[in-house]
Amino acid sequence: MNFEEHAAKPLLAKYGIAVPRGALAKTPDEAAQRAKEIGAVVVKAQVPTGKRGKAGGIKPAATPDEAKDRAKTILGMEIAGHKVEEVLIEEQMPIARELYAAVLNDPDSKGPLVMFSTEGGMDIEEIAVKTPDKIRRKAVDIRHGFAQSDAKALVSGLGLGAAESKLCSALAALYGAYAAYDAELLEVNPLIVTRDDRVVALDCKFVMDDSAIIRHRDVADTGTPDSLTELEAMAKTVGLKYIELDGNVGVLANGAGLTMTTMDVVRHYGGRPANFLEIGGESYTKAKPALELLLSKPGIRSLVINFCGAFARTDVMTQGVIEAIEALKPKLPIFFSVSGTGEEEAIRLLKERLGVTPLATMDEASKAAVDAARGAQR
Amino acid sequence: MIVRGTDRVIVMGITGKQGTFWTERMQAYGTRIVGGTHPAKAGTMHCGVPVFATAGEAMKGAAFDLAILFIPPLMVKEAAMDAIEAGAKSLVVLTEHIPVHDVMYFVAAADERGVPILGPNTAGAVTPGECFAGFMPAFNERIFKKGSIGVVSRSGSLGTLLCLDIVQAGYGESAFLGIGGDPIIGTTTRDALIALDKFPGTEAVVMVGEIGGSMEEEAAEYAKTMTKPVIAYIAGGAAPQGKKMGHAGAIVTGNKGSYASKRSALEAAGVTVLDTPSDAGTALKARLPRPVRS
Repeated sequence: MNFEEHAAKPLLAKYGIAVPRGALAKTPDEAAQRAKEIGAVVVKAQVPTGKRGKAGGIKPAATPDEAKDRAKTILGMEIAGHKVEEVLIEEQMPIARELYAAVLNDPDSKGPLVMFSTEGGMDIEEIAVKTPDKIRRKAVDIRHGFAQSDAKALVSGLGLGAAESKLCSALAALYGAYAAYDAELLEVNPLIVTRDDRVVALDCKFVMDDSAIIRHRDVADTGTPDSLTELEAMAKTVGLKYIELDGNVGVLANGAGLTMTTMDVVRHYGGRPANFLEIGGESYTKAKPALELLLSKPGIRSLVINFCGAFARTDVMTQGVIEAIEALKPKLPIFFSVSGTGEEEAIRLLKERLGVTPLATMDEASKAAVDAARGAQR
Repeated sequence: MIVRGTDRVIVMGITGKQGTFWTERMQAYGTRIVGGTHPAKAGTMHCGVPVFATAGEAMKGAAFDLAILFIPPLMVKEAAMDAIEAGAKSLVVLTEHIPVHDVMYFVAAADERGVPILGPNTAGAVTPGECFAGFMPAFNERIFKKGSIGVVSRSGSLGTLLCLDIVQAGYGESAFLGIGGDPIIGTTTRDALIALDKFPGTEAVVMVGEIGGSMEEEAAEYAKTMTKPVIAYIAGGAAPQGKKMGHAGAIVTGNKGSYASKRSALEAAGVTVLDTPSDAGTALKARLPRPVRS
């Protein structure tokens, strides 16, 4: 789950990292009011994406009137597909240096990775290209954590001067917040040193591990839910992972890997998959609602149903699919491929209840669905 | 991490619905289950084996090598640490949706002690003709037959499909290793490739990967050094950028983890990369002189 800047910064503050004074505004008048309370401000678009500055979503304003004008421009803007509905009105800071700091889950070291660079303000990808030698990394053993002394070793010799000890506290605090909130990524860019040697988080990107939301209910309420299509939202309410795509061949399979593969094979034979929808793992009992979802997508021409049972029993999934087909009586052609746990029973059910024999391979079923979708289009 | 018929196995969470269902199947296939755990059911018998409160207790009452975890996500960290501290030689962690910080914790503890972990979010491992650990259809002879092809897969369902293709082509499997679809897992594709390469009776390896992360690229480095043929299928070529395709690990951001990057790394290492899984049989026939069955 993503958190916008205004939701992430209070979490940093709670762990002792200084952040600028600021408040949210939903209208230009509110922006002027906030600026009146704060003084010289920066008006910042609140959308769950980076590169807001480049898109024109971050502007300084010296006076309340100016803040109002800036807010008028920024509110309603679209940045990377997100409409700006709120701006953060934040005090201007006297910047002396811009640094970069982040903690993230690192698959390569199988643990937390603390990253630091003196070249803040740019994207980390950009820093990595332009000045790779200026990125310092520390793989952390999560059982032991990351203390101020570790931070000191990480930044030593970078010429940080009087701000160094404050910076080390900030890095340790950043790790503390990362650990406390089950972050996937907690990034401060830029982390600034002010002209009076304070260390302040000027921006913050926070992604919480979706699997850990359950133990941070209160904090998660301030996060930004994924923007979902109507069908995707419906799928979520029944506990299914459904991603709507722009094709016309519906895809239903069990397991993420097999579902991706079915999509790939549809594409391989020249078709366009209409969705990602898997009913693997614990959700293999949800074939009926899954098929109902698939069929309610407009423009769908054919279906390929590909089951290869391991944990997920193909007989249980097939039973669900048959129930949905009997209830909805869809007119479009449906092609099956069934193998693995429970296949004898699944094949028997298909013959008995639908008069259908599954095709021998998923390639045959996918190709048949692609051909049928083409035929239906003509 | 290849499971053997001689391995003594405990099932943690043995009394649950899935724990029971799969324990019975593992026993029927030949897995040597010596006990199980459930915190509130210690002292009882289940599936014909004693139930202990913890893995630590189990080790005293029924010494084991391998622990298989049928445990709900938020309780896995404690259970895995229990098994590791009890002296388990390896773990199979089947659970999906474990908080990643918990995974990093027990994986670090296991790595320190040299205890391999399969998973999390794996369907388990099969050694055809001997035993299996997890929830794989080992008993289905269209899918698993003793043979010479080692298989490593991030996905259980897709791994099963490739095994079906292998058997249809007249081959069988020496061992199957499901390593799991999470972003952070214990045994990596590379680790599994090494284990399969060294496993007696393996003449070729089929590697089933996915978009996301850099495990296939790392595995390619090892594949370069192998004399046995390696055949790979990478799922997710048609997946859109920036969307998690069910597996938390299967996400492409920028060029990192992309299909193109994996395919070119594998091909540069001499690996045959399949366009569709059903080409597996043809590719094996091209790279191996003849189907070998024992």
